[in-house]
This record gives sequence, C-alpha cells and structure tokens, in this order.
Amino acid sequence: MTIDDTQTPTPATGMGRVEQVARATLPPLSLGLTLVGFWYYVSYVVLEESRRFLLRPIHQVIKVGFLDTDNRNDELLALWSSTRIALIGLSIAISIGFTLAILMSQAKIVEKAIFPYMVTLQAIPILAVVPLISFWFGTGAVSRVVVCVMISLFPIIVNTLFGLQSAEQGAHDLFTLHHASRMTRLRKLMFPAALPAIFAGLRISAGLSVIGAIVGDFFFGKGDAGIGQLLRRHASRLNGEELLASVILSSLLGVVVFGFFGWIQKRATGRWHDTISAEV
Amino acid sequence: MGATSQVLTDGSLAFDGIGMVFPDGTEALHDISFTVNKGEFVTVVGPSGCGKSTLLKIASGLLEPTGGSVSVDRDHLGYVFQDATLLQWRTVRANVELFSELNNVPVAERRQLAQEAIDLVGLKGFEDHYPKSLSGGMKMRCSLARSLTLKPPVFLFDEPFGAVDEITREHLNSETQQLFLREGFAGLFITHSISEAVFLSTKVLVMSARPGQIVAEFDVPFDYPRDPSLRFDPDFAELSGKVSVELRGSHS
Repeated sequence: MTIDDTQTPTPATGMGRVEQVARATLPPLSLGLTLVGFWYYVSYVVLEESRRFLLRPIHQVIKVGFLDTDNRNDELLALWSSTRIALIGLSIAISIGFTLAILMSQAKIVEKAIFPYMVTLQAIPILAVVPLISFWFGTGAVSRVVVCVMISLFPIIVNTLFGLQSAEQGAHDLFTLHHASRMTRLRKLMFPAALPAIFAGLRISAGLSVIGAIVGDFFFGKGDAGIGQLLRRHASRLNGEELLASVILSSLLGVVVFGFFGWIQKRATGRWHDTISAEV
Repeated sequence: MGATSQVLTDGSLAFDGIGMVFPDGTEALHDISFTVNKGEFVTVVGPSGCGKSTLLKIASGLLEPTGGSVSVDRDHLGYVFQDATLLQWRTVRANVELFSELNNVPVAERRQLAQEAIDLVGLKGFEDHYPKSLSGGMKMRCSLARSLTLKPPVFLFDEPFGAVDEITREHLNSETQQLFLREGFAGLFITHSISEAVFLSTKVLVMSARPGQIVAEFDVPFDYPRDPSLRFDPDFAELSGKVSVELRGSHS
C-alpha cells in the first residue's frame, strides 16, 4: 500500500473511463435483460391467455401499476405509509439496540443476563405473536411499528455489541495507563472502534425494517393502508399488474434504505476503514 | 498486595525483588532486582514466554506484582508495545495527540507537543494520513511519537520492532538511539534480538525461561553515537557471542 492512496484516485482518462463504467454496468444489465426476456417468455408462451393474470407482461405492469393515475396515487400513499412505519420502527430499534448493547458492553454479567432473551426474542416467529400483538396494541399503526421493531432489533444489538467489544486490548491498555474514565473509554475508544460493525448491523436492520413494516401492514390494516394492505387487496382481487407493481415498490424501498445506510457508512468510516460489503 | 510504587524525582526506574505468580499458579518472574538510571539504556533479552513483557506491564502499573516493589514516575512514562496500537479512525496527528487529550492538556499545547514529536520521528508531512495508509515502520514511528509527547524521563519498549523487516529495523534502531541521546531518558528495552540489544544498550541483561530471572549482565562499552557498521565490528561480534552463550544456557 502506498502513502498516496488516501487521496482522491487519479481520474481515469478517455477510453479507460468508458471501459470502467462498461465493466461495472454490463454484467448486471445483460442479466437483467435476460430475465426480462424470460419474463415475457413465461407471460406469452408458457401461460395461455386465460391464465396470464399469474404473470402479466412487464409493460402491462408498468402501464397499469405505475402510469394509471389512480393506481399510482394508491401505490405512493401506501409507500409513504410503509416508509413511515419502517423509519419509526427502525429508529426505535436503534435506540433500544444501542442502549442494550452499551449496557451489555459495560459488564459481562449484564451481557450474560440479557443475551439469552435477545436470542429468544429473535427466534419467535412473528406469525405466532400476531394475535397477542393485536390484543395488546390494537390493529393500527402501533402494532405495525411493534412488528417492525421486533424484526429489525436483533442485528443492531448483536453488531453493536460485537463492535464495542472489538477494540484491541493494547488500545484499552493505553486508556487504562492514562486513567481514562468509563465514559471517555466508551466515547473515544469503544464507540469509534464499533462504527464499522454498527453500520453493518444498521444496513441489515434497515432492510429488515422494510420487511417488518410490510408484514405489519399485512396483518394490521386499521388506519392508512401500507404496501402490505395493498398486496393483500390486489391478491384477493387477482389484480396481477397492481400486485406486481406493489412487490416492485416494496423491494425498491428496501434497496433505497439499504443504500442510504451504505452511503452514510462511507461518509462516516470510509476514510479510515476498508469496508468489505456489497455496493448498491 | 505487597507491592508499593513510589514516585522518584531523578527520572529512574528501580525493580526491587519483583516476583509474579499468576492466579493459575504459573510463576512468571522470580526475584528481579535492577535499576535503570537517567542516561542508561538497559535491554532485557530472553527466550519468548520468559516474562519479559510482564516485567514492563508491572513497571507501568498494568499489572500488580505478587512480590517486591517498583519505583517509577508513572505520570510521564513512555511505553510502546509490540503493536503500534494506533487508533484507526484518527489521523497521525490525532493519534499522537491522544495522551495529551486524555490528560486534558490545553489544545494549543497539545498541538505543539504533537508537532514536535512528529517532526522528531520523521513523520512530518504525514500528519493528516490515516494509519491504514502507513507502512509498518511508519506506524511504529507514530507510536513512538505518541509516547514522546509525554516528555518521558523513563521509556519502556516492549519488542517494538519485532514485526518490521530487517532494514527498517536497523533504521528504527538508529533513530531510537538518536532519540535516547537527544531526550536523555532512562530506557528499558525488551527484545529477543541480540544484535538489537547490543547495538542500542549501555547494559544488556539476560533473562532465563520461566520463571524469569536475571542470569547475566553485560556492560556495553561502545561510544555513542553508534554507527550501523558497528554491527560488523569484531568487538561487537565477541560481545554478542557472549550474550548468545548465556541466552542459550538460559533456555535449559
């Protein structure tokens, strides 16, 4: 490794730049086109007309699902509703997750006390507690948020705790030798050392929070409808185009949230840490 | 705890009858007594696992000995580890400023102390680089600079150059010697390289395998500053040979 590589990379010139872009975009693009071809093949060749609602051709999905004004408004409202639930759920999961991880990092005994319950919570199938959640929190937004938190909490706790414990012993010795307080050690050593792991956890949980929000919508439909409600409605009416449009929207939401945290991670740790993770 | 540590004002380090038995019953050190005075550079050589590092941990206060006592001023103790232990998220400058920061030194003074130390170890121009872009030797220089900001009257070195290549190691040896001559600290250096020990030191102590005991002591007569070519001097070879014989004897 050279001394200069923290600076901006040398700008690629002429042909090199084009080649770079081509190398990065061609493989996913060609796979995408192949998949689209396969989709059309299934829609028009495999399925006879009467069963075509099972997989509508793409242009139909776009036309009906996104270009039709009424449908588009429905989709966007639902998207906004689910996004809000996901963000609220994720924020709560982050607050709870950080607090618990910090507590556990301060004393082994606290970690030993809490951790088994975290694992248990993680292992509960959401379906099994849906009736309980509706007893306790009703069938509206609160229950949707609860589901979202339950699904996205675990990776934040585990990764944050792992990160806080990742500072090397030598670095801890330095802080010990200079009589650093618990707070100073946490703020200047454990927390910065934990950042890469924290972001790894956040990216996973961000994706999960979208899943959690949609699962929540699916079961708890009171109040404004999220994407989950939309999926349910379209499925029951055999609206193939709208159903597929909702599926596409929900995965787009997941990708955007995942990418957003990747971007923050790069801004926060990119200069000093070589993160190995998939780029969106 | 029978150990006491008292503050000396003449900047020296004294071990008096140090013994260390770990909770699992392993006796790491047995009755170690020696003194490092201002202007002395003492190196302890010994087989790996003989408790050399334990000795430094006791000197610094990271470990309490189970017997004996240490006298040293711990508030301004230079101490470099086998690893550079730089904080990855801090630039060279911010790493070097760490101790001043932990000791609440005012910002302006902090900055100045760090710059002096950075210049001294030859890292000028790299203040804003992150550790990931530094070579092993440069990381070690950064680690040395961090300790130099304490203006240490006593400097502990725990096998600091074990992980760098031979050429870099010789450079770092020469630079350590220059720091020693310039700053005039009392140096205690741990290594298992005999040539490093003889090249740097005013005195070489040989430690035996567990339990670690001082089994031989050699005064090194060569004048400072020592040229790297001293390593090929017949007298250097002869003294290294004597240390080597003792070291081999200590393994059994």
